[in-house]
Amino acid sequence: MAGAHHTTSLRTYALTRLALALPMIWILLTMVFVLMRVAPGDPISAALGGRLSPEQLQERRHAAGYDEPLIKQYFEYLGNVVTLDFGETIVDNRPVTEVIRQNGAATLELTIAAFLVSLVVGIPIGLICGRYRDTPIDIVGRFFGIVIYAAPVFFLGFLAQIIFSQWLGWLPSSGRASPVTSFALHTTTNLFLIDSLLSLNFAAFTDVLEHLILPATTLGLVIGGVFIRLVRVNVLQTLQGDYIEAARARGLSERNVVWHHAFKNALVPVITVIGLQVALLMGGAVLTEQTFNWPGIGSELVRYLNNRDYVAVQGIITFFALLVVFISLLIDLVNAWVDPRVRY
Amino acid sequence: MRGDRFFTPIREAKGVPKWVLWSGVVITTFFVILALFAPVIAPYNFDDYQTASGERFGKQQPPSAEHPFGTNVQGTDVLSRVIWGARTALEVVVFAVFVSLAIGLPLGLLSGYFGGKLDRGLVLIMDSLFAFPYLLLAIVIAFLLADKIGRGVASAAIAISIVYIPQYFRVVRNHVISVREESYVEAARALGAKPRTIIRKYVLQNVIQSVPVIATLNAADAILTLAALGFLGYGIQPTDAAEWGYDLQRAIADAGAGIWWTGLFPGLAIVALVTGLTLLGEGLNDVLNPVLRRRPIEDVVLPAQPAKAPVEEVGV
Repeated sequence: MAGAHHTTSLRTYALTRLALALPMIWILLTMVFVLMRVAPGDPISAALGGRLSPEQLQERRHAAGYDEPLIKQYFEYLGNVVTLDFGETIVDNRPVTEVIRQNGAATLELTIAAFLVSLVVGIPIGLICGRYRDTPIDIVGRFFGIVIYAAPVFFLGFLAQIIFSQWLGWLPSSGRASPVTSFALHTTTNLFLIDSLLSLNFAAFTDVLEHLILPATTLGLVIGGVFIRLVRVNVLQTLQGDYIEAARARGLSERNVVWHHAFKNALVPVITVIGLQVALLMGGAVLTEQTFNWPGIGSELVRYLNNRDYVAVQGIITFFALLVVFISLLIDLVNAWVDPRVRY
Repeated sequence: MRGDRFFTPIREAKGVPKWVLWSGVVITTFFVILALFAPVIAPYNFDDYQTASGERFGKQQPPSAEHPFGTNVQGTDVLSRVIWGARTALEVVVFAVFVSLAIGLPLGLLSGYFGGKLDRGLVLIMDSLFAFPYLLLAIVIAFLLADKIGRGVASAAIAISIVYIPQYFRVVRNHVISVREESYVEAARALGAKPRTIIRKYVLQNVIQSVPVIATLNAADAILTLAALGFLGYGIQPTDAAEWGYDLQRAIADAGAGIWWTGLFPGLAIVALVTGLTLLGEGLNDVLNPVLRRRPIEDVVLPAQPAKAPVEEVGV
């Protein structure tokens, strides 16, 4: 935005970036609206057709405004989204915000745990592969990254269930907690790990943790495959930097050069790149939830789709669209804050 | 002449890239052969549950001499379904790559060459599409298409292709922008060549070289998306074709009973084919792209300038 001689302030950058995010939100919302309206029939008859009489259907259609002109419905939809009202599901009359609040917590717990697993897997392997480029270690690591990424999360989940639940009997294969725990657990945040700690219920904590391990590891491994590659490439890049050469020339030990100069600098860009995997993580979460019977937002989406509840689907998809734009905005701002070169 | 430019570097490849490329070629060829000759190779049809003499296979039978991969919950032969599944995967992926290329390539060419408002508008739309979790998009589109045109190969392929259009668009557009200012294009323009001629003769010729790599890597991704759709129940109608993702969905229920063969083999087929295609794409990338060969690390994808190296990015 600014001339070549002075850098843009963070504030100007943030405002420009925000201005760019708004049309994106608008395009995504329009896309969602169009998608859901090309569906045959109106949402009411799609979800409830056959269960109600034609008169009752007409009444519900009228009450929900589906007999209004499309353009009016469109603006109403945009207006509702602005006030964070995503509508109310047709089949069970839940506000979509309620679905997001309740089931979103399960998804959040799963994705955060998976994310941690992916970092634990991805960063060390990526660092080692990059450090020992083109050696057998590197080749094995890269191949592991490719194969693990090539494995669908539900296939890994299937294997994990067979091996760790069925054969070894170490861990439960589905659900968020055993019935006893879900019954006894006093929920405040809906994040079961935190809830069980808050109520000092350590038996419940162990139970919840045991249920979390397989789904989180499965999803985390797949995302970790991506990180191996990202980290490796960044290490290769930093190792070629002039300052590495300079550090070597100053006579620093190779160990010192690699740890203090290369790895540290290699990880800074990775932190922001990692944020880009959010979309992958969300898609993966839907599959993981389905595999492990995890009562998250993805499971709900699939359930509402199967019930042809277009209002619920539209609401959930809208939420995801906003989330994606928000996260990418956040990442860009963090990036600009860490690295002034981004701002130009 | 063009063929030489493509095949000579492949013949001359050495070291790790050579191995990567050739293992990719071997694995991919293996699955293409399975797909093409499925009726000959597979012992049974994908939905057969009895022998020609009317003898039932039995449900969930462990691997045996008659059924090397066992039978599944519907009493069909797992080996046959894995082989027929290769055919379904290939059909859908070829269709999907073709559709996304047919839309993404021309849009990218126009957008990159002419720039201006058209470019800004298209970039915004494509970026929005790209930002969206692709699996959710594919699920919703597959679901809606199922109502309109049924749950066939076409629905699945279109749902998948929409997801990949933005990727082709971005790669092609950015490539065009860098080529547009090259002196040979400028020379053609100075000689009075029409935009149409310039795009076709100079820009397209140059840009098309990046297509095999992206197409291969996208094909790998498309296999995973197809399997995911099948797993969630929005893929191809199970009575129409054998599909690995659908088989895995049925197998999840088997896991609780310790039945491993119904899920293991379709799953391994997915892993093998996706790995093969990824190796092929990476190998081609290393071999065909001399710029990447010399300075492969220039292409780190940073969020600030994601446009720089989409080839590296899609292959992850």
